[in-house]
Amino acid sequence: MNPSEADLAIDARMLARRFGARWVLRGVSLALRSGEAAGLVGDNGSGKSTLLRLLCTLIRPNAGSATIFGADVVKSADRVRELVGFLSPVPGVYDDLTARENVRFAATMLGRPAAQADAALERVGLVHVASERVRGFSSGMLRRLSLARLLVQAPRLILLDEPYNNFDAQGIELVNAVIRETVARGGSALVVVHDVGLAAPVVARWFGLRDGKIEPLAGAPTRGVAPAGAFASSGAVH
Amino acid sequence: MAFRDEWARARAVAWKDLTTERRSKAGFNSVAALAVTILVLFGFALGPDTEAARAAAPGALWLSALFAGVLAFNRSYQVELDGGALEPLLLYPGARRSLFAGKLMANFVFVALLMAIVIVVSLVLFHVAVPAAWPMLLLVVLFGTIGLVTLGTFYAAMASRSRAREVLLPLLLFPMLVPVLLAAMQATKAILDGDIMHEAGAWISLLVAFDLIFLIATFFTFDYVIEA
Amino acid sequence: MTSVNAQTTLQAPAQGRSTGFGWFAVLFLIAAQVTAIVISPPDRDMGDLQKIMYVHFPVALNTFTCFFVVLLFSVRFLWQRREQDDLLAASAAEVGTIMTGLTLALGMLWGRPAWGVWWVWDPRLTSTLVLFLIFAGYLALREFVEDPERRGVWSAAVGILGALNVPIVYMSVRWWRTLHQVQSSPSTVDPSYVIGIRLNLTAVLLLTIFLIWRRYEAALTERAAEHVLQTAALGGANA
Repeated sequence: MNPSEADLAIDARMLARRFGARWVLRGVSLALRSGEAAGLVGDNGSGKSTLLRLLCTLIRPNAGSATIFGADVVKSADRVRELVGFLSPVPGVYDDLTARENVRFAATMLGRPAAQADAALERVGLVHVASERVRGFSSGMLRRLSLARLLVQAPRLILLDEPYNNFDAQGIELVNAVIRETVARGGSALVVVHDVGLAAPVVARWFGLRDGKIEPLAGAPTRGVAPAGAFASSGAVH
Repeated sequence: MAFRDEWARARAVAWKDLTTERRSKAGFNSVAALAVTILVLFGFALGPDTEAARAAAPGALWLSALFAGVLAFNRSYQVELDGGALEPLLLYPGARRSLFAGKLMANFVFVALLMAIVIVVSLVLFHVAVPAAWPMLLLVVLFGTIGLVTLGTFYAAMASRSRAREVLLPLLLFPMLVPVLLAAMQATKAILDGDIMHEAGAWISLLVAFDLIFLIATFFTFDYVIEA
Repeated sequence: MTSVNAQTTLQAPAQGRSTGFGWFAVLFLIAAQVTAIVISPPDRDMGDLQKIMYVHFPVALNTFTCFFVVLLFSVRFLWQRREQDDLLAASAAEVGTIMTGLTLALGMLWGRPAWGVWWVWDPRLTSTLVLFLIFAGYLALREFVEDPERRGVWSAAVGILGALNVPIVYMSVRWWRTLHQVQSSPSTVDPSYVIGIRLNLTAVLLLTIFLIWRRYEAALTERAAEHVLQTAALGGANA
């Protein structure tokens, strides 16, 4: 394999994906280097979540290709799953298991020792409720739990979909710390955000997604305001 | 991925399924109650004639286990779909076979417990004496349940994620299960009748063969099915 | 291995390439019926009722042709993910379901005068009914799943297991009805009957091929139209 190719955390070329008759991605090309954190912004329905789900092998592209550290998301999906961690807006935990059981289950499935699960629980600040069942946790606690799962995995590339939702200031700092640590050990992060300001301290580069296509943005988009031409909503929202 | 890791993952999935099931007791209890209800209804359909009831016991037994067990198969995936847990499950590296193996083990325990209740109740309701060859009956229950659970767990992976899952699972599953059910019912019947014709053994071997074929076929195709 | 990406353009089939073949199959079928009905003598026991066998047996046998095609192209679809293979398997399953239905109908038409009842739990008839239900399930699954890729993968899995189950169903039902007839085999009967059966076997095989082919062309045309819309939606980005 070409070493320069493997250096790229994400190398997506003309990715396209449709759901039914609707094309959500219409040829997305995007490159992200190792040790780089990038933000992804766009209106509702612009295809941000679909792009992340494509990159972590949850769905397959209808056209185009993408590699994660050189591994093809379709042909080497198994390898890609070892390299990528995905933080979904949905917590994806089991209500009838305790917090500790949930994270330990994840650790077993990831082939990590149970001690790592306990350490992650401590890190996200859920030790005091570790032996309580998850049913009844607040949405912020649930997010911390799925963040703990990501910490156990400690993947080379993290894909975060709206990671700041339901988080207090402490939680936001926790997410940013995870991004910083991943980058510090040579990994990469792609963060989908609505509120640009929250990720600004850790994100060096920004991509805009509109109508299923990438629009590279010069510098950080100003907080909450659409940069010229980037997200001028011309009836593109569905 | 090494077999040892896969086995650990399969065990974790089985443990997780059984623990959530145990903690929400409502699931098993209501399915068991449904199975008994179906047995009673079979009793009404057959009338009060002791001989007719005894002759129909093997069929009634397996069918009530089937009708009630079907609910368990869809539930097994519903747990994943409710909290969006299927996605992280699919994102764990390693073969998806181990997910299938785990769910298979959990569903096997569920249906085997159900079978125990159904057998005891049908022995009483249908005036069947405990046969001399009861260890052989256990074998039939073992292999019949494996066949039932293998196809049930496999088809539920699709049906539970489609529209109209309540209809689709039985529609796909029941005709596919005809060979397993025929073999299980005939073997049970032979054993309860004292196995005069010595045919129970042949039916059991047939059942084992079916189980093997379906286990291999489902293990090979599950990876495709679950990720689609 | 070809990835899913290779399937982005689907060509609509040339108009009516199967038509000529279809006419040939139909004419062959008519000719075979003439041989069977006019030339071969009525059966000693069953009289003219026997003639139904000239159609019943070949149709029953050709259901296996259909299920074999389903198996073959379902496996190839899972392997190579070419949309065409999914469509071909689905076409064969549709034709196979119709043929099993026809086998059942003809069996009942024969059974009513021969046995005095519309339905007997004859092993072959019973197995055919089970197969009919298995493939009715396959077609129902396709109706209930919208995403073409998911539909393709799932129906391939159901098709493979269903086709694998064909011999298993036959064997278990046969064991269950231990009192079975000997399989009708052309070698044990009158030579003119043999010719009639063989001609009809060929005719029905040709017809089966034609029906699958035609259905496949229709499915392909439909999907090709959708692909044209896709390419338009992508605005040529996909070239």
